[in-house]
Amino acid sequence: MSAPSPLLEVSGLSKSFGGVKAVDGIDFTLAPGELLALIGPNGAGKSTTFNMVNGQLRPDTGSIRLEGRQMIGLTPRAIWRHGVGRTFQIAATFASLTVVENVQMALISADAKLYAMWRRARDYRRDDALELLEQVGMAAQADRPCSVLAYGDVKRVELAIAMANRPKLLLMDEPTAGMAPKERNDLMALTKSLVVERGTAVLFTEHSMDVVFAYADRIIVLARGRLIAGGAPAAIRDDRRVQEVYFGTGRTFERHTATVVPAAPAAP
Amino acid sequence: MDALASFVAQLLNGLAGASSLFLVAAGLSLIFGVTRIVNFAHGSFYMLGIYVAYSAVAWLGRGVGYWLGLALAAIAVGIVGAVVEMVVLRRIYRAPELFQLLATFALVLIIKDAALWIWGAEELLGPRAPGLGGSLPILGRAFPSYDLFLIVIGPTVLGLVWLLLTRTRFGTLVRAATQDREMVGALGVNQAWLFTAVFALGALLAALGGALQLPREPANLELDLTTIGAAFVVVVVGGMGSLPGAYIAALLIAELKAICIWLGVVDVFGVTISFSKLTLVVEFLVMAVVLVVRPWGLLGRPQAPPRVSGAAEAPLRLGDNLTTAVAAVLVLSLVALPPMTASQPYVAVLAIDILVAVLFATSLHFIMGPGGMHSFGHAAYFGLGAYGAAILVRAAGLPMEAALVLGPLVAGIGAVVFGWFSVRLTGVYLAMLTLAFAQIAWAVAYQWDSVTGGSNGLTGVWPAAWLAGTRAYYYLTLTLVLAGAWLLRRMLFSPFGYAMRAARDSALRADAIGIDVKRVQWVGFAIAGLFAGLAGSLFAFSKGSISPESLYVGKSIDALVMVLLGGVQTLAGPAVGASVFTWLHDTVARNTEYWRAMLGAIILILVLLFPQGIAGFVQQVVDARRDAKGDR
Repeated sequence: MSAPSPLLEVSGLSKSFGGVKAVDGIDFTLAPGELLALIGPNGAGKSTTFNMVNGQLRPDTGSIRLEGRQMIGLTPRAIWRHGVGRTFQIAATFASLTVVENVQMALISADAKLYAMWRRARDYRRDDALELLEQVGMAAQADRPCSVLAYGDVKRVELAIAMANRPKLLLMDEPTAGMAPKERNDLMALTKSLVVERGTAVLFTEHSMDVVFAYADRIIVLARGRLIAGGAPAAIRDDRRVQEVYFGTGRTFERHTATVVPAAPAAP
Repeated sequence: MDALASFVAQLLNGLAGASSLFLVAAGLSLIFGVTRIVNFAHGSFYMLGIYVAYSAVAWLGRGVGYWLGLALAAIAVGIVGAVVEMVVLRRIYRAPELFQLLATFALVLIIKDAALWIWGAEELLGPRAPGLGGSLPILGRAFPSYDLFLIVIGPTVLGLVWLLLTRTRFGTLVRAATQDREMVGALGVNQAWLFTAVFALGALLAALGGALQLPREPANLELDLTTIGAAFVVVVVGGMGSLPGAYIAALLIAELKAICIWLGVVDVFGVTISFSKLTLVVEFLVMAVVLVVRPWGLLGRPQAPPRVSGAAEAPLRLGDNLTTAVAAVLVLSLVALPPMTASQPYVAVLAIDILVAVLFATSLHFIMGPGGMHSFGHAAYFGLGAYGAAILVRAAGLPMEAALVLGPLVAGIGAVVFGWFSVRLTGVYLAMLTLAFAQIAWAVAYQWDSVTGGSNGLTGVWPAAWLAGTRAYYYLTLTLVLAGAWLLRRMLFSPFGYAMRAARDSALRADAIGIDVKRVQWVGFAIAGLFAGLAGSLFAFSKGSISPESLYVGKSIDALVMVLLGGVQTLAGPAVGASVFTWLHDTVARNTEYWRAMLGAIILILVLLFPQGIAGFVQQVVDARRDAKGDR
């Protein structure tokens, strides 16, 4: 694998919903500072994998180790305290707080001052929060309510929130979903410069192949709950199985794996 | 054998009671499913059903006319429901959930006074049903044949409504709207008429449930709130929007009540337990247990979050110079009030009431606004504070000063216990569970004669000698209320207050930055309970007595009305709302017998014209001015 001691080590991870094996025994690792893209067609199990790594879903089997520490069974907030930040597919921020207060909230939580009832929250490490906003290009809008921002700006604020406690690992679920092509590139370029500077590793899922091939150091491909390929972008681009999954072969994927099943109907 | 016979008789009795309860709950559930309105006035439709049936039967006579009268009553109330929906509710479907509640509560007040005006305050018992006035022997006991008829009615109506919902186009639309009303609208269905029709049907079912009770229970003006309480419980236990769930829940609760009555007073390991007294709380106990084990009711499903949500709240701003100046003038005039009004001693008495209400409403706003937890049982903590202080003075013989400190602590501990369960739920379910806890607290206070004085309450709860005069007590109240309100405000600007708002805005994001949402809410709940308890303790010593009224559901609703009246999204809102409400209540009640209707009308006008509340409206005007200035 890529680095001597991986930051994140996922092995034998599985999750079923009813009879459907959404994720079926996958293994991968992530080195410090690495940008790893998790791609695959709709229904491949990307979101399920993602939600298991951040603690929202409990896997049926397998292990997830961060710097050797077992993360299975921990709540999302406990995992965050171990240094895992995240952004959501549909950006989630605090609508009734201003932009800078959103970031301050993350700083307050990181410093374990959530139950302080006397001091004023609006003065709490405001300069540090503004500096983070500066880095994502949102300092000019620091005192606007988050509810009035354009969506692309909300995504930037979310990135600043996620970076507030200097995470070792950043999880991004379709970071550019719902954005215009220009905005997408800006956001990913920004993300890349931020994480490279701080040595933060990133695991992200993404539908936009432009983004994936431009920014990922390495790509793993999921199809029907299994990892079918992994490697550098160029290798993945040329991988026949990946091409089949994405573009089809004239046959369905199912018929390809089980070569002789006669005329199986296409999967829904 | 006799024990068995009486047991069976009680079970059958329970079944008969379940039928009417189911009819009311079915209507409530249908309305909620489609319109997402929690209709507080549903109990009022039930009450109207009995009253109208009484008049209709008196008019149409005893034979076939009797049954015609019942049907007519149900249809008439159904029409009333349709009118109410078109005139009032149609205007507020897009308003925040709480405003809809407030509007339907205003309807409760108006309908109650309308009934008082038409039928008077006397209880009215209807005639027996023709042909079903007798009784049948069951296991050697006479069982009223009308009750057997009722037992059949419940499942029959369930079947008919089920057919309506599954076999007709209207039913398909209703079921579709229950699942996703935006989608139904997007498919070109005229939602306005669908909503009106469903509301009318719901009102009709409630009135039918009432009309059928005509020979069994006298029509009286308390039926609206007792019925809505029971119906809420049934709907929540069964699962919002599930008719079979409502039927099962109605059966379960009616039978448990019947069993409690049958058990009567029993000695368990030397402890005497009066099960018949449990009937007042049994439904709320069932609800509390069900909501903790199955948060969406027995047959319910998790509610999908609505796509259209209200406008986001503006960020909190520290008061500017204007606000500080207004606050300073206000405090100074409050300090100067007693000497200024020395010739009218009643002013200071009313001012104490207003101040207590301000603290009570501010404490509710703390969890309701910034916390996003809509408690329907905040009176529980007010009452616990009041009873706590009163009992400590009377039974434990503590000095008043100590009781004033420990009373709120009692309420705080109550809020810690009830809050632990309540914060596990959200939205309507949280509201109902808090209501359940308040009703349990009320029932305990109402029945524990030896400690709480039962329905009479406790008297002789007077302040210490140095605080005995109205003026001295006014200054004590003023100091504590101002300090309490200021502390609550200070907390809202602290990291904790921000965490509470963050948890409300996005639980998902809060969790992802390490905020334990439930724990933050729990702490907020306990703090609100503590301050409500302080208001309650102050209240007890200001009146010298305390009665179960102080933790009744009506008191909880008063607090909700105060907060919404002032404006839930402004920090000054609860204080403004509490002052206006208490003053209005006092003024209107002294001038007319029909103060409830007037209060209801005022609430309706406010909801329809000033949905942001009084303080919210003022802030809007000030902000608009400020913006206009800024542009120039």
